[in-house]
Amino acid sequence: MKLDGKVPAGDLAEKWTTYKSTCPIVAPHNKRKLDVIVVGTGLAGASAAASLAELGYNVKAFTFHDSPRRAHSIAAQGGINAAKNYANDGDSVYRLFYDTIKGGDYRAREGNVHRLAEVSNNIIDQCVAQGVPFAREYGGLLETRSFGGVQVSRTFYARGQTGQQLLIGAYQALSRQIHTGKVQMYNRHEMLDVVIVDGKARGIITRNLLNGKIERFGAHAVILATGGYGNVFYLSTNAMNCNVTAAWRAVKRGALMANPCYTQIHPTCIPVSGDYQSKLTLMSESLRNDGRVWVPQKMEDVKAIREGKKKPVDIPEADRDYYLERRYPSFGNLVPRDVASRAAKVACDEGRGVNASGLAVFLDFASAIQRYGTSKAHAQGLENPDKATITRLGEQVIEEKYGNLFQMYEKITGDNPYKTPMMIFPAVHYTMGGLWVDYNLETNIPGLFALGEANFSDHGANRLGASALMQGLADGYFVIPYTIGSFLSGEIRSDKVDTDHEAFAQAEKEVQDRLSRLMNIGGNQSVESFHRRLGLTMWDYCGMARNEEGLKKARQIIRDLREEFYRDLYVPGTLDEFNPELEKANRVADFMELGEMMVVDALQRRESCGGHFREECQSEGGEAQRNDEEFTYVSAWGWTDTNKDPELHKEELVFENVELKTRSYA
Amino acid sequence: MKLNLKIWRQKNASQKGGFQTYTVDANTHMSFLEMLDVLNESLIAKKEEPVAFEHDCREGICGACSMVIDGQPHGPWKGTTTCQLHMREFKDGDTITIEPFRARSFPVVKDLVVDRSAFDRIIQAGGYISVNTGQAPDGNSIPVVREDSSLAFEAAACIGCGACVAACPNASAMLFVSAKVSHLGLLPQGKVEQSDRVLNMVKQMDDEGFGRCSNVTACEAECPKEISVANIARLNRAYLGAALGSEKEV
Repeated sequence: MKLDGKVPAGDLAEKWTTYKSTCPIVAPHNKRKLDVIVVGTGLAGASAAASLAELGYNVKAFTFHDSPRRAHSIAAQGGINAAKNYANDGDSVYRLFYDTIKGGDYRAREGNVHRLAEVSNNIIDQCVAQGVPFAREYGGLLETRSFGGVQVSRTFYARGQTGQQLLIGAYQALSRQIHTGKVQMYNRHEMLDVVIVDGKARGIITRNLLNGKIERFGAHAVILATGGYGNVFYLSTNAMNCNVTAAWRAVKRGALMANPCYTQIHPTCIPVSGDYQSKLTLMSESLRNDGRVWVPQKMEDVKAIREGKKKPVDIPEADRDYYLERRYPSFGNLVPRDVASRAAKVACDEGRGVNASGLAVFLDFASAIQRYGTSKAHAQGLENPDKATITRLGEQVIEEKYGNLFQMYEKITGDNPYKTPMMIFPAVHYTMGGLWVDYNLETNIPGLFALGEANFSDHGANRLGASALMQGLADGYFVIPYTIGSFLSGEIRSDKVDTDHEAFAQAEKEVQDRLSRLMNIGGNQSVESFHRRLGLTMWDYCGMARNEEGLKKARQIIRDLREEFYRDLYVPGTLDEFNPELEKANRVADFMELGEMMVVDALQRRESCGGHFREECQSEGGEAQRNDEEFTYVSAWGWTDTNKDPELHKEELVFENVELKTRSYA
Repeated sequence: MKLNLKIWRQKNASQKGGFQTYTVDANTHMSFLEMLDVLNESLIAKKEEPVAFEHDCREGICGACSMVIDGQPHGPWKGTTTCQLHMREFKDGDTITIEPFRARSFPVVKDLVVDRSAFDRIIQAGGYISVNTGQAPDGNSIPVVREDSSLAFEAAACIGCGACVAACPNASAMLFVSAKVSHLGLLPQGKVEQSDRVLNMVKQMDDEGFGRCSNVTACEAECPKEISVANIARLNRAYLGAALGSEKEV
């Protein structure tokens, strides 16, 4: 299959403008006749559903949650990037574009990324108008801070709850359209298949999670905004219910999965504490503005800390290794996530991990507290303040900036991070891979679109901090309202979609058969136990570092596990009731197939780039080594059959504006 | 540690529910929900039906988890959701009683899961600023007093969990509604339609069958996001102003 990214011709900076003024549009009287299904109500889905309804389309929106406001976008902490240059520090649309391309290790499409940088500014304006209470300066104007991989201050935020505030903004915009009747909202409906009629996406099959009823919904186009698949690893910062099912059903119907092995491992998460653990908690990247990452230099200090004989504060400055500052002086603690995570792994592999399991490093705020405290004492006119006063004032500043994160850390660990450094370790956080889409955000199935984390488009092999919120809202508010016209303008003569069509009946039957199969295995092991084992395999062999031998082994383990799953799974309850175990079983079944595809992708890509680190491909200093000659393309995989190799389609990445370089943050 | 759990079991909204007792082995590092996971795994191993409870982010922000633990919505820790409550609070041999949020407007779905869609309908009635995508002026064109922005944020921190309703002897939703009215009304962008917003949201709240506020302030005490009852005072002032000052019939 020839993959056409459909990036418009012309100068990089003019592509989107030209596109917008020349793309086909649908007249208002025709918009009223067209139906659009939006699956998922996170930032991308809610913003798309609201914006399309405002334009006049009839929208049906679906979420498996009890309310659209619960989508996992809500948990994003740190912020959202925009090229406003309010800080007057040299930022521009081009610089945001360049940072994102470089941050992604040169594995994203130039045209898409530039568009993202362009609309970033509109997003901030839109959110402010909706009432998103961003942080403000004393003069009443918007405040920004810095995130990893950049040297400007372009991240807008609402304390440590930026995702929550942006999602509530989108949820309210969606609620307004539900009130007008332009959006029909279906809560607690999980999409279990996409229906293709005559080669076009024409609807979905859902299960009503309250009563198990399988239902058909038709529309002229289907948008999937169903998030990422990090939960394939079982332990991740994703919410418990995040899953790949909607996207995977599309793959099973012929959509391509692009770069599935590109996984973001976030460097600052609370370490694993036991076997019962159900999820991992992120500590925002914003903390690296002020927190310094370190491990002890001396092995005897490591040992003493692990045994509780020494406290971190007992280790003198000279005996600490601030390894990010040492290895990457120009970006320091604010290197991108993939770099910071790998450096933490190196420190722990050397045996310098600081908790009992040896899988943790310190994130220390002591020097920031002293710095802020001194400055605040000065501002208050205190002469020769004592150390206690400085500490108290400094802690106040830190509390204003990160109060909720510090509180969260203390609730989980029982330690007070104002007094002792946090212990952190990398954890799965985001998936850059996703459904392959072109410039229109349309998959290779006509009429099927993918937005937000569900698509692969903008982050290459590594996403920069505060760019997920930007991309989700860009796709929903400012891209899809235009690009969907490229498809729907051809549908103005189409009738209402008939859900009695044979394709709907067939898809519905397949869904029922699949659920019955899971229900009727009647084995002895719980879904959770299978999910844990799958996750552990993925983490061990397809996590922070991958190699050929391990990946080959993982593939066999996953196949065996899948076989065991279909032989020995036990799902309690019945099909026609509220049954969370059945929901999980269906999702884990899809993770079992996706996991294998990720491993195949990781095996095929014999280079290191961004979050994908092949141990065979590294520099002498242990940095990721790309192979641009052979791998400057997007790997888009098509499903073939169980236990068969997926089919690889390549989209060559063309760089006309950016020179491919070794990514350096040193 | 060994714990005794008294858990409310109810098949669905139409059948009667009741307490059942279980024992579970837990350790102090677990979160409360991880302790329930352990219980559920043990029930599944015995081919018994696991306890249904709502949860998702498990970091205190999605608002999905909803249960009353020993008489308190979200349990004993102040400013904490159930998912952030950790087992170091409890000791070996403790008996813990776990029930769903109880309110007429939150019917039980199953066991500890309730239907909180009434909150969505209240937001749909007016909990937004009417601005279409693309209409917005530059984000810095309207300065916002830092203090107001901060107060708006604190009200907007509501996670829509419904603990305020569960805590209130009248099952009133005033804290929830007032948090939204304050969040938007404190910002210049939201002032324009504040009167309509207040009237419409309050009407919807009444239509959903939530009770009246009698200033018990249990809502504030139990709110996992520590939303202040000062918001309720703000709502009352706004309602009075809107009702008296409105050209419309109220």
